[in-house]
Amino acid sequence: MRGFGKWGIWIYSGMAFVFLLIPIVYTIVFSFNDYRRTNIIWTGFTFDNWLNVCDAQDVCQSFGNSLFIGLVATVLATTLGTMIAIALVRYRFRFRNATTLLIFLPMATPEVVLGAGLAAQFLQAGVSKGLWTIILAHTLFCLSFVIVTVRARVASLDPALEEAGRDLYGNPFQVFWRVTFPMLLPGIVAAALLSFALSFDDFIITNFNRGAEVTFPSYVYTAAARGIPAEANVIASAVFFLAIALVLIAQVSAAARRRQLAKAG
Amino acid sequence: MTNNDVSQGGFAEAGADLELVGISKRFPGFTAIEELDLTIPAGSFFALLGPSGCGKTTTLRLIAGLEEPTTGRILIGGRDVTATKAYQRPVNTVFQSYALFPNMTIMENVAFGLKRRGIKNADSLAHEALQLVELDHLAGRKPKQLSGGQQQRVALARAVVNRPALLLLDEPLGALDLKLRRQMQVELKDIQSEVGLTFLHVTHDQEEAMTMADTVAVMNKGRIEQMGAPQDLYELPQTAFVAKFLGQSNLFTGDVVTTAKSSIVVDAHGTRIEVPTDRAQRHNGRITVGVRPEKVTLHDSAPKADSSRNVIGPGRITDVSFSGVSTQYEVTVPHHGAISVFAQNTSISSLHHDGDQVWLSWSVGHTFGLADEAEGEPVSRFHADLDTSMIAVQSRKDLEAELEEA
Amino acid sequence: MAFTAFSGTAQAAEPAVRKRSPIALLLLLPGMFYLILFFVTPFFSLIITSLQEPDPLRFGEFNNAFNWQNYVIVIETYWEQGLRSIGFAALATLFALLIGYPLAYFIAITLRPFPLLQALGLVLVIAPFFISFLLRTLAWKQIFATEGPVAGILSSVGILEPGTAITGTAFSVVFGLTYNFIPFMVLPIYSILATFDLRLIEAGNDLYGSPATTFRTVTLPLSAVGVISGTLLTFIPAVGDYINASRDFLGSADTTMIGNVIEANFLVLSNFPAAAALSLLLMAFILVLVGFYVKRSGTEDLL
Repeated sequence: MRGFGKWGIWIYSGMAFVFLLIPIVYTIVFSFNDYRRTNIIWTGFTFDNWLNVCDAQDVCQSFGNSLFIGLVATVLATTLGTMIAIALVRYRFRFRNATTLLIFLPMATPEVVLGAGLAAQFLQAGVSKGLWTIILAHTLFCLSFVIVTVRARVASLDPALEEAGRDLYGNPFQVFWRVTFPMLLPGIVAAALLSFALSFDDFIITNFNRGAEVTFPSYVYTAAARGIPAEANVIASAVFFLAIALVLIAQVSAAARRRQLAKAG
Repeated sequence: MTNNDVSQGGFAEAGADLELVGISKRFPGFTAIEELDLTIPAGSFFALLGPSGCGKTTTLRLIAGLEEPTTGRILIGGRDVTATKAYQRPVNTVFQSYALFPNMTIMENVAFGLKRRGIKNADSLAHEALQLVELDHLAGRKPKQLSGGQQQRVALARAVVNRPALLLLDEPLGALDLKLRRQMQVELKDIQSEVGLTFLHVTHDQEEAMTMADTVAVMNKGRIEQMGAPQDLYELPQTAFVAKFLGQSNLFTGDVVTTAKSSIVVDAHGTRIEVPTDRAQRHNGRITVGVRPEKVTLHDSAPKADSSRNVIGPGRITDVSFSGVSTQYEVTVPHHGAISVFAQNTSISSLHHDGDQVWLSWSVGHTFGLADEAEGEPVSRFHADLDTSMIAVQSRKDLEAELEEA
Repeated sequence: MAFTAFSGTAQAAEPAVRKRSPIALLLLLPGMFYLILFFVTPFFSLIITSLQEPDPLRFGEFNNAFNWQNYVIVIETYWEQGLRSIGFAALATLFALLIGYPLAYFIAITLRPFPLLQALGLVLVIAPFFISFLLRTLAWKQIFATEGPVAGILSSVGILEPGTAITGTAFSVVFGLTYNFIPFMVLPIYSILATFDLRLIEAGNDLYGSPATTFRTVTLPLSAVGVISGTLLTFIPAVGDYINASRDFLGSADTTMIGNVIEANFLVLSNFPAAAALSLLLMAFILVLVGFYVKRSGTEDLL
């Protein structure tokens, strides 16, 4: 019984990890499927889908749209969000609680409500939907996540560092760019990556505000009814590998830094 | 003439006088500094000594320009800098937490101030400063790769390299262990005499203040209680707070019964204690007098009457703690409570034991009379263990609470 | 990490100095303006739209009105989908908790002596985020397909009638919801347990608590904030989701959820008032739920 208690958690967690990985492995494996009309039955191994991704023109174009939207929304959300995060930690102002609530609420709102609300607003204002309405929508839901991520970083910043900057003849502008900003950078980068990931994978809000534009997820959604080409799996797998590589590089370099510090200390 | 104009990239050739005129600082909810007038002469090593929350750190932050005084003026080298910003003042600080920029190398840290002022040979000056603290070989490292003592020296180099008219040290040795602290005390003192700047050192460690500073100001509850050379402060404390905070004291309170030209006599619960007139701050009414524990001698029997010595007893020894070079006794005397005695261990036979009946005596010339009355232990009205940022946090919280109530 | 959004740990130490300054306004205004323009006013748009009535002449056009009967109609028409959404989301949250808590415990506490394995465990938990939400859901559909491996095995051992579908059932939809939102459950619980002082467990054992008692009386209460945060982070997106329940993915006409109804009314049927009314009802339900949760758990500082 005791033995099981000790190893039980290993077995249970191992099974949970396998469960989490099954559809990922499935998606990657089927990116190599030598498919005919629908990519459902395994028919043979090929690199063709990887080599000629853009043979499936819709896939490639929707991927390009998603990249563009993700980049613009990330820049907007990260800029606005970082400014708010700094203000929240560093300054006192009126309506603080209302402000915090306003930042928190979008994260507690189901995507379908966010999407429908924006769509209703665009409808009433007579704005025709397109790339820019998607970007506006994505910036909105990324904003709160950026604020929360960067705020934690600002809060962990020792105010004495900025005081030292001022004490050492740095004017407010120099202190911000030479002391504050470099210290916040890891948090800002993390927030930007999170933003991009959220934007790139979003479907529900996009679907309400895309008009005739097609993003990668909305392409997959529409194509799901008639069968997804393996090229879509290629894109998803490539993005997956890229993201995993980024995470691993970050982890390894953090571990290397720790080791270097340990050696010096 | 000393050039204090930092904007022109000038170095102070020597330290400058610092003058605080009628300074007070109120945070919502409490007063950090009540009314402060202080002059620190150029080139001196000045220590502000006091318990946590006495206002010493706030004083330092006011001088650095990190806080604005509620009232009063700050003059450096005769120039009014009250309205100038931190980065415009010829003042540098060694922060309590060192506040080294973790994203920059040691070299970049030290050269930071010079580069902000657009000084041409910043790098070579920075190397010189690092040589001064013997860390030039680590110039390429990041702060996290250095030990606490090394970081402290970098922080010092980073401030000293700017040749400020005034160098502020905010408990810079607090984070170091005892051995390193002693070593750094010596180094700091050496560097100060080498570069000849005015040092203002804030600390709660009385030993540190006394060994390092030319002048010590003891601060309590937002006011300076007494100021002077370390030895004068110790031998002739003027207030009960100074007597108790700076070393230990045995205090007795009573009415003045005899006033002569050279001395006065106090009757404390039937015991006559004589104080030289020039060592007493007040000469009539109810006053408190005291003596340092190492000045007191123990006797096995009632000592012979001697007009040059004060005698108390008999009492009983209630505690003996042996510390090698000396032994500390607690003697409980009826009406006087516990009296401390430090005895040098000059001979083994002179050891007294717990429960022994003893008399105490000391030279009249070692007695001091205080300006105020002792009322038990000095109680700080501030929270214990407040450092720089804690004071600020507390004050902001108080303010926020106040605003929310409103 | 943003996933701790609902838990107290994201709140770092109280900042030292907060000043009043016009800079604050400069920093806040653009972002706040954005939130007001694209988050607050859309709710007014939804309210206005939800009260509109059809134009008697032009089909598909609506005029502003105070047609509150829209709410009655959508409740009467869609109460079943509404209740189903709540039921599915609640089940998915429960299953995610049953899978996610031990997983978070495993990574945060069991793997604590092995930093590399711990990092790897975390990466594995967030790995599903890196592959397209829709494709990973489709992958399950194909795994569960009638001709797929799962159905084959189940029917060969006689649990499943040959030819019976697994997809398109309540089971597959709840399964998909559980799978997709497990990371939202694991991460907040992990972030609480990661800072958990192991000596507390030792103290519990030292004070004659069996491992089970110690877990129940020490570990679980201390990780409650993470559990609360995780259940909210799982339930909210699950209740509004319409991908898993969609016919082309894991659902069928029998598993339609409120999200599918809102989507259909807005984007297919162009019945904007109904979609708006349903959105507002859903939002109101979630606000009440979050408020109730926060009150009951006493964690006012969830943000």
